[in-house]
Amino acid sequence: MKILTVDVGSTYTKLTAIDSDRRSVLGTAQAFTTIETDVMQGFETALALLKQNLENDNISDFNYDKLLVCSSAAGGLKMVALGLVPDLTAKAARTAASNAGAKVVNTYAYEISNAEQQEIYDINPDLVLLCGGTDGGNKEVIIANAHRLCAIDRQFTTVVAGNKSAADEIAEIFSQAGKNFVITENVMPVFNRLNIEPARDAIRNVFISRIIEAKGLNKIQAMAAAEIIPTPLAVLNACELLSKGTKSQQGKGDLLAVDIGGATTDVYSMASGLPTVDNTMTKGLPEPWSKRTVEGDLGMRYSLKHVYDQLPSHNPDDEKMREVKEWVELCSAKPDTLALPDSEEEKIEEFLGQSAVSIAVERHCGKFADVYTPLGLMHTQEGKDLMEVPTVIGIGGVLRNSRHPKEILKGALYSFTSPESTKPKNPHFYLDQRYIFASMGLLSYLDPELAFELLDKETVGLGKAGE
Amino acid sequence: MDKKTIVIGVIGADAHAVGNKIIDLTLTNEGFNVVNLGVMVSQEEFIEAAVETNADAILVSSLYGHGEIDCMGLRQKCDEAGLVGLPLFVGGNLVVGKQEFDDVKQRFLNMGFDFVYPPSTPIENTIVDIKKTLGI
Repeated sequence: MKILTVDVGSTYTKLTAIDSDRRSVLGTAQAFTTIETDVMQGFETALALLKQNLENDNISDFNYDKLLVCSSAAGGLKMVALGLVPDLTAKAARTAASNAGAKVVNTYAYEISNAEQQEIYDINPDLVLLCGGTDGGNKEVIIANAHRLCAIDRQFTTVVAGNKSAADEIAEIFSQAGKNFVITENVMPVFNRLNIEPARDAIRNVFISRIIEAKGLNKIQAMAAAEIIPTPLAVLNACELLSKGTKSQQGKGDLLAVDIGGATTDVYSMASGLPTVDNTMTKGLPEPWSKRTVEGDLGMRYSLKHVYDQLPSHNPDDEKMREVKEWVELCSAKPDTLALPDSEEEKIEEFLGQSAVSIAVERHCGKFADVYTPLGLMHTQEGKDLMEVPTVIGIGGVLRNSRHPKEILKGALYSFTSPESTKPKNPHFYLDQRYIFASMGLLSYLDPELAFELLDKETVGLGKAGE
Repeated sequence: MDKKTIVIGVIGADAHAVGNKIIDLTLTNEGFNVVNLGVMVSQEEFIEAAVETNADAILVSSLYGHGEIDCMGLRQKCDEAGLVGLPLFVGGNLVVGKQEFDDVKQRFLNMGFDFVYPPSTPIENTIVDIKKTLGI
């Protein structure tokens, strides 16, 4: 059987051709996304390119039996999340939305204000995740926020995943206001216990039932063998599969993956993240084994300026830094700029890529702190301890195009300049050379054994940092 | 009737875990919904847990003698977080050295605690006060 996967990205529509009989990736191709007019144009162009590539490899008449599609086009799945306490249900809400593959534009805590209400109106999200209160806990805030969401004149759907004791009243409020809503299980039913899967599934279902058409994807959906899912969810599936393995193939165990795009950088970790240092007590919300964070301000083109702004303190008049600044300005103005091999720009590009990886992974990882107690030195840890994670995988254009992807990925390493951050200390680096993670995440619904086999085969080892 | 929710924990940099477990067990057996934050709990964590779970009382333990510094300002922060009038209980080895308990108690009452217990108070005594306060 021949399978074609399509990733409709915000810039490129990427195709991957898979032959399940030969158990191999036949080829890949990409063309500009044409979502504003007709998504099929970009798809047809990419398909023609793919056929040409395949013919060059002596595979003629490629016809697919099954088409699988994921999408992050037209802004992806734009969401805002609401919770009660910033470190508790608001954080749980953000985690659930991120793991569902959404781009979480903002998170709000407590009862939102008029200004925040206006902000949500301006963001114009596709979906809102409303949380707050443990089951039987605080009801007032989530109910007040339900009223406030109803007052926002936008077409979003609200997924309610908060205090179950408030669910009926909230259903009433949304029904009376004529707003779309779905009620699901609480993201934090009991204090400090995460339950994000029901919210994640509800978000996925709303994406399928209501968003696909609004995003102009219905034509391609009509041809597809399965429902379209958000691209980050497909990548998350691939990471989970590679880490856990299948019935007959052993997984790779704990891993961290970084996907650097033009506008955002996504970090995925598949690990329990329990402390690896003695006398450490964990604080704060427990972490899900499979976790995604997305950094909307870190990317290699549209958000390169923000990467530059967050570089460690430097002298802006330094000649090297001036060159970096010029490159950043050029890339921001012309996103299709590419660095030439062996040029000064190539080094700058790698430096900026490494910085983006460093900041994104630092935000994803946990924080470690020393506490001096009457019982001696103890440590506390918030978030995941990923110091002993053995595998770091790089995904994304800047890594694939670079001749030194390992240098960029070194940004993920533990550093003595921020010793409190629990980044991996001595991992093996890998590269997704043909950008197949999203594709394999889609394939995993159909044939997990094959998807795992191909992921394993196509992920190239780059060795450890010092090698 | 709905169970009453009580947030418990050992405040500050104090890592004494055993008494905390006993309190958790006893309160649970008495029919309370216990939110146990464990040891080394900050004031903020007590308050966040109480807000999120709509708690009926907070029970603070301190065993290592730094309780006074650790507990200062808890009442004010509760007020700030909208937990006005939430009953606050505190007990353990609250201070170091040989100090008159009546003085210690008065200082903690002044800080806004409703009930202050001397060292070695059985949790059962506290439960009597909790039930009375919550009208059980």
